[in-house]
Amino acid sequence: MQPFAYHKVRDAETAIAHGARDPQTIFLAGGTDLVQLLEDGISRPQGVVDISALPFDAIATTIDGLRIGALAKLADVADHAEIRARYPAIAAALGETASPMVRNMATMGGNLLQRTRCLYFRDGVSPCNKRAPGSGCSARLGHDAQAALFGASEACVATHPSDLAVALLALDAEVLVVGPSGERSIPLDRLHRLPGETPWIESDLEPGEVITAIFVPREAAGRAQAYAKLRHRASFEWPLVSAAVSLALVEGTIEDARIALGAVAHKPWRAETAERLLIGRRIDDALAREAGEAATDGARPIAENAAKIPLMARIVTRALQDCARQQAGDPS
Amino acid sequence: MSETTTGGAARPSASSSASDALPGAAHEVRLVVNGEVHTLAVDPRATLLDTLRDRLGLTGAKKGCAHGSCGACTILVDGRRAVSCLMLAAACDGREITTIEGLATNGALHPVQQAFVDQDAFQCGYCTPGQIMSVAGLLAEGRARDDAAVRDELSGNICRCGAYPNILAAVRQVSGIEPTPAEIGADARLRDAAGGA
Repeated sequence: MQPFAYHKVRDAETAIAHGARDPQTIFLAGGTDLVQLLEDGISRPQGVVDISALPFDAIATTIDGLRIGALAKLADVADHAEIRARYPAIAAALGETASPMVRNMATMGGNLLQRTRCLYFRDGVSPCNKRAPGSGCSARLGHDAQAALFGASEACVATHPSDLAVALLALDAEVLVVGPSGERSIPLDRLHRLPGETPWIESDLEPGEVITAIFVPREAAGRAQAYAKLRHRASFEWPLVSAAVSLALVEGTIEDARIALGAVAHKPWRAETAERLLIGRRIDDALAREAGEAATDGARPIAENAAKIPLMARIVTRALQDCARQQAGDPS
Repeated sequence: MSETTTGGAARPSASSSASDALPGAAHEVRLVVNGEVHTLAVDPRATLLDTLRDRLGLTGAKKGCAHGSCGACTILVDGRRAVSCLMLAAACDGREITTIEGLATNGALHPVQQAFVDQDAFQCGYCTPGQIMSVAGLLAEGRARDDAAVRDELSGNICRCGAYPNILAAVRQVSGIEPTPAEIGADARLRDAAGGA
């Protein structure tokens, strides 16, 4: 691990000043991803600014929705009674995230900003444009089913591994940040970037900007919603593919649908063809299967990731079937 | 509570919020470990696990993967389970830490330790301190609802010897979880397959 200066900050202004002064500054919150990246020499900052003591860990219901502090621990959010009852896709995604120890440590903001699990990025030596700009992409021809099916570029085929981000996208969440230019709100869909020619730039955050909270609109609480995940083992594993669905239902008819796919792109990915197909129809098994197929529209397989396409169809179908059961009043 | 101060090779920075700290400058922290207060100057790169083992001589927590994947370094931080390999010691100022060395009281094994002995819940023992701390933590967190929940709650603690059926039996002993008939059958088959009694 390369030497770095450690700064513990007690207020957001000091954190912002550190980040604005040195754009390479890294913020430490739960540390569950950052310490791995430091250990492996993948992240080599001069300065690490510990923001874990900032007052951003409250979970609160507001008149227009739910505000989850960026420093709230995954376990506390997953256990929160109102989130379990009214925003179950979030609780489900977090319940299937990492291990109990990691959930006790990791934060909401950190989960959104965790870096890809691409093996060629993580191994620290293979050519990788994300880790060593200009060195090439080993994953494009690599032995790894993780590679992206949507939105990839010649430079990078990495995927975002978060479960949480997928659920939040399906619930139309926003990320609240504070930085050198003040406060702003970023729709979840615009927090993460596609890789393009600059895969090392992963988010829309400016140097010095700190996530303060995640806002979930109240409208999401009234929707049927589900999160479904496929992985190589029954627990403690990143998704091979995952899907989150939220449906606005009026007497069984779908008025609006949001479908987000996980582990198939550099960011959580909207399945817009499948969303459009659902509008104005009644949710049942046949429609769930039809929409699952539609969710694969536009997928471009490379190397060894084509097997994820039928799995993606099935996981979307499963999430929609969960919503249908909720609609029928059957919680099983 | 006793108080000890252990000096580091480097001098601690004067202020924890010093914006002019140089890369590598040591950072002073106060850790409460098993009820004992330690004031240490730590390298910012030092993990809590390495600090417990190398600076405080508490070698119960083990280093397996150093990436939070195996659970051999599991400890309690402010009463909750954590993997100490993914924590920077510099970031642990003021935290209350319990390691396997702090579990027994007055020479009497903690009920979870006793259950591991009674149920033969280990072979080589390398993962055992982490397993025991994880079980103690999940019980304290009120998560031992049934066998399925316990299996999921222990999924971050890997045992390469495969002592899982006996670890589960140890959790049943301390939690009072009654296995279902199917689970008893599955345990028996696993033991038969392993050539055990």
